Amino acid sequence: MGDFFAQYGGLLAQGTWDSVLMTLGATLFAYILGIPIGVAVVVTDKDGLHPNPAVNMVLGWVVNIGRSIPFIILLVAIIPFTRLIVGTSLGIKGALVPLVIASAPFVGRMVEQSLKEVDPGLVEAAQSFGASNWQIIYKVLLKESLPSLIRGVAITCIAVFGYTAMAGTVGAGGLGDIAIRYGYQRYQTDIMIATIIISIVLVQLIQSTGDFAARKLDKRNR
Amino acid sequence: MIQLDHVSKIFIGSEREHTALADINLTIEDGDIFGIIGESGAGKSTLVRCINLLERPSSGRILIDGNDITKLSGKGLLALRRDIGMIFQNFSLFQQRTVLQNVTFPLELTRTPKAQAEERARELLKLVGLANLAESYPSQLSGGQQQRVAIARALANSPKVMLCDEATSALDTMTTHAILNLLRDINRELGVTIILITHSMNVAEAVCNRIAVIDGGTIVEQGETKAVFANPQAPITRALLGVEGSMASGIAAEAAAFVAQESASAESSLAESSIAEPGKSTATEADAAAGSHTEGAGE
Repeated sequence: MGDFFAQYGGLLAQGTWDSVLMTLGATLFAYILGIPIGVAVVVTDKDGLHPNPAVNMVLGWVVNIGRSIPFIILLVAIIPFTRLIVGTSLGIKGALVPLVIASAPFVGRMVEQSLKEVDPGLVEAAQSFGASNWQIIYKVLLKESLPSLIRGVAITCIAVFGYTAMAGTVGAGGLGDIAIRYGYQRYQTDIMIATIIISIVLVQLIQSTGDFAARKLDKRNR
Repeated sequence: MIQLDHVSKIFIGSEREHTALADINLTIEDGDIFGIIGESGAGKSTLVRCINLLERPSSGRILIDGNDITKLSGKGLLALRRDIGMIFQNFSLFQQRTVLQNVTFPLELTRTPKAQAEERARELLKLVGLANLAESYPSQLSGGQQQRVAIARALANSPKVMLCDEATSALDTMTTHAILNLLRDINRELGVTIILITHSMNVAEAVCNRIAVIDGGTIVEQGETKAVFANPQAPITRALLGVEGSMASGIAAEAAAFVAQESASAESSLAESSIAEPGKSTATEADAAAGSHTEGAGE
């Protein structure tokens, strides 16, 4: 056991750190793109603040197309684009581009779901006090759905973490890369098991942090 | 003065058109408490939503102090709405904001300095008898308390008019009286014109000076509350008053079922235990008046 850690501890630590960085970085950028997408879908909906069937339909298509391409295919298919944006398709930088492109539509849907949970009566109340659409978006829709949005962040993080393992197979590094190169290609079962245990711990950590934050922030049911 | 001049509202669905309001003519004087009475689906909610343009009339004019508000859009529309407070059946309080932050909401919209907004909000919370609950969240309050917060919120911008959409329908009888008394106090002391929508004749009789009865999108009867109650003309008014036991069984049964359903849901969802005292000298007098009326009509 001591030998194992002496030999592979550094490798696993580095892999874990890379996976965490990719997950958090990609989730952050995915939200920067995904929140406007989700808000726009809700706002342009036929019952929305500013109905616009054309924009709504196009956004719906973009989100669905984005979500229907399996990640492993997207990953290799957009390598030229990735190189164009960050100059390389390798390492954390190279992985971020496909990770963000794959998860932004997912985030868009998550945000849409959260905003649609907001009681339409609150939007009407805000309108009755003379709130503009922008004020309703950030003072009512986003604020009232905050706990739900936070739960969405945890779910997104976990999905992105899964994607990072696939990115590992094409040179992104991280736990997926280690599991494939050592556990699979070199038959090192101990390393395979170590990556699985670390993954389980990470996912649990993300989920409980998300649940805790959402509960802490939610002012209902007190 | 608010005048509705040949106001109609037609909803165009995918399959058919639905006329929610047909040629409505109404005049509501400043400082009045005006009731709009009708069954659910009669068009009363649509009617009241036309007054702050949450619904746009399909035709007709709505004049407030002589200005046709149906011509407003953009900033003018937002400014109009700030002059008209509104409260709702389900209170519609922001769940993620404290009581105080709910009341400052309308003031935030106009970028009122925070200290000034909070001072105003605390004043209003005192007025509705909830000064000590400023830092609570709506989910911690009873139904009656939540409606008081909503009233304080509606008054934040010092509106001239307040719209009440079935404001007491989710409350039990005791709490209903307390809220109606509060509305009457606000009308008397602040001079706010109150337009109140209800399906309950008891509520109308307790506070309204004048009423209009609406059925199928048309006003079938209007006048001084006392006169209408003493001598109801339209069949629907008689049915709502329970004057004719044998009449149009359909409508009567429907009304009875609706009332039963309403009271059942009020009992189950809102067990009102404590009612904050309005703390007003007029309260006892109003209480007595409201109490005696309710006994008779028996909801």
